[in-house]
Amino acid sequence: MSPDQLTPERPTAAPASAAPVADARGSSPARRTRRPFGSQQLGRAALVFLMIVVAVPFVFPIWWMITSSMKSTSEILSLPPSLWPESPSIESYRQVFELQPFAEQYLNSLYIAVLVTVGTMAVAAFAGYAFARIRFRGSNALFVLVLVGLLVPSEVTIVPLFRMVNSAGLIDTHWPLIVIPILGAPSVLATFIMRQFFVTLPGELEEAGRMDGLSRFGIFARIALPLSRSALAAVAIFTFLKSWNLYLEPLVYLSTKSNFTLPQALTQYVDAYGGPIWNVQLAATTLTVIPVLIVFIAAQRQFIEGLANSGLKG
Amino acid sequence: MTSITSTGQAGRPQRRSAWRRRDAATGYAFVAPAVIGALAFVIVPLGAVIWYSLHEWNVLANTFTFVGPQNYQDMLSDGALHDSLIASLWFSLGVVVLNITLSLFLAVLLNQHLPGTTLFRVLFFTPVVVSLVAWTIVWGFLLQADNGINGFLAEFGITGPNWLRNNVTAMISVIVVQVFKNVGLNMVLFLSALQSVPEEIQEAARLDGAGAWRRFFSITLPMISPTMLLVAILTVVGSLETFALIDVLTDGGPGTSTTVLVFYLYRQAFEFNQFGYASAISVLLFVIVLALTLLQWQTRKRWVFHES
Repeated sequence: MSPDQLTPERPTAAPASAAPVADARGSSPARRTRRPFGSQQLGRAALVFLMIVVAVPFVFPIWWMITSSMKSTSEILSLPPSLWPESPSIESYRQVFELQPFAEQYLNSLYIAVLVTVGTMAVAAFAGYAFARIRFRGSNALFVLVLVGLLVPSEVTIVPLFRMVNSAGLIDTHWPLIVIPILGAPSVLATFIMRQFFVTLPGELEEAGRMDGLSRFGIFARIALPLSRSALAAVAIFTFLKSWNLYLEPLVYLSTKSNFTLPQALTQYVDAYGGPIWNVQLAATTLTVIPVLIVFIAAQRQFIEGLANSGLKG
Repeated sequence: MTSITSTGQAGRPQRRSAWRRRDAATGYAFVAPAVIGALAFVIVPLGAVIWYSLHEWNVLANTFTFVGPQNYQDMLSDGALHDSLIASLWFSLGVVVLNITLSLFLAVLLNQHLPGTTLFRVLFFTPVVVSLVAWTIVWGFLLQADNGINGFLAEFGITGPNWLRNNVTAMISVIVVQVFKNVGLNMVLFLSALQSVPEEIQEAARLDGAGAWRRFFSITLPMISPTMLLVAILTVVGSLETFALIDVLTDGGPGTSTTVLVFYLYRQAFEFNQFGYASAISVLLFVIVLALTLLQWQTRKRWVFHES
């Protein structure tokens, strides 16, 4: 961070969009031009400092999670709290796998999230494309019918869905965690985003494909779909995260530990009195969070834009 | 289209109409999974939950009797439900006020073209991609009575409150944890709104002698107000659906002080097995969310108009 502070980036950009926070008094253009150059830089340095301070509650919990997971049981409870483990150990990581079938649970979360992501992408791409580009009777009515899903929080239908799953004999299986998100309300946002994208495609492209003798499926698969990569990426990102983080549904549908998914498993590292075994719990939490964080950092632009879009359009 | 002519061109329109018909069939096939899914997992369950809400249905006792609007009448006199509505109100209000203030503040900070802006954007956004349960567990660790944050406070001779064991601080805690988790999302939405405010207007106001605060409140804020409304409603709806955070951090307590509506719904259904009553609460939740979402769509229409 320090090299960043030393090199003022784009100093010319500052005056036009001057910081409301920095010069609270307000300044006339005349005063501004007379102001010594240094004081403005001082103001900007103060803002950078402010940003560092504000970042603490965002970053510190993650730092604390990682360092505490490497502490011993006694050190984690000792006062004053240490910012860095005295003798970092991976003992708690060993216990993560000993106390629960954690590898199995990890695999459950992973394969469910992958299937849900791929399935949602397919359903959303097909339906979004058809609703945007193909003319057929009743398409508007069907689109509205599908959009109802945007209005229904998953908690509202959990009772009837539980009953449905129960009477199908699928309690304590992964089926409801895979099939319902792909076909039900959670995928509607994806369909909507894909439709909004396909609507913007120029018609000439498809016309050209048709002249070349492509079938509708050919036009979809060879022309439209390859162009929709950015929309599909956004869909993939938020669908994967939603499935990876799903909590209420696994809690309701699953009962055997080896069937659990990660969010549910994380809460199970407790002692005989129901109190959390902190270092083990935090080790398991670290293992859950780190892979996602690495992917996020590698593709932060896609993540931020994709998730912001999903929020805006939802 | 269907008229038959004897010229050499005859095949063409016919081929076209055949293509159309086949095309419509393809359309139905393409939307079939989404439509069938919507029927099976949205529309039918939605009808079912309304139907169940008119029944006394206890899973353990194996009773399922039609009682008409009885559950809704019970809701009127259910003190615990009223408490949960009040808890939801406080929670949503706290989340929306804190979230909007903080996300707007962060967006303004990031919009200053300061060094390291990209890095800070990533840092502020990071909790959004961290699993909610993981985030909550870490904060549960930080909010212990005699360790975590209080452990650091003790260094300075301050005795921190037992955050999660006091009605008021527990509510504040769940609000703060929720806000830090999601504020990055709203920050990005505000940032793109801020960047769409034309520089010329700012410049003109500056030449007219308007100070930075004045410009912010008289130009920037009105110009991003549609985004603000949108973000506010999205945030309220999100806060109404908060379940995992409460379940992991406070379990609705102490007492019932953080038992928000969704948590109460879960309790009624899956702890007390009152599926009929839980269904009635589901309908109430649906009506609230529906009203807010329709309001959002309404405002978005105006927003689009405003932009063009």
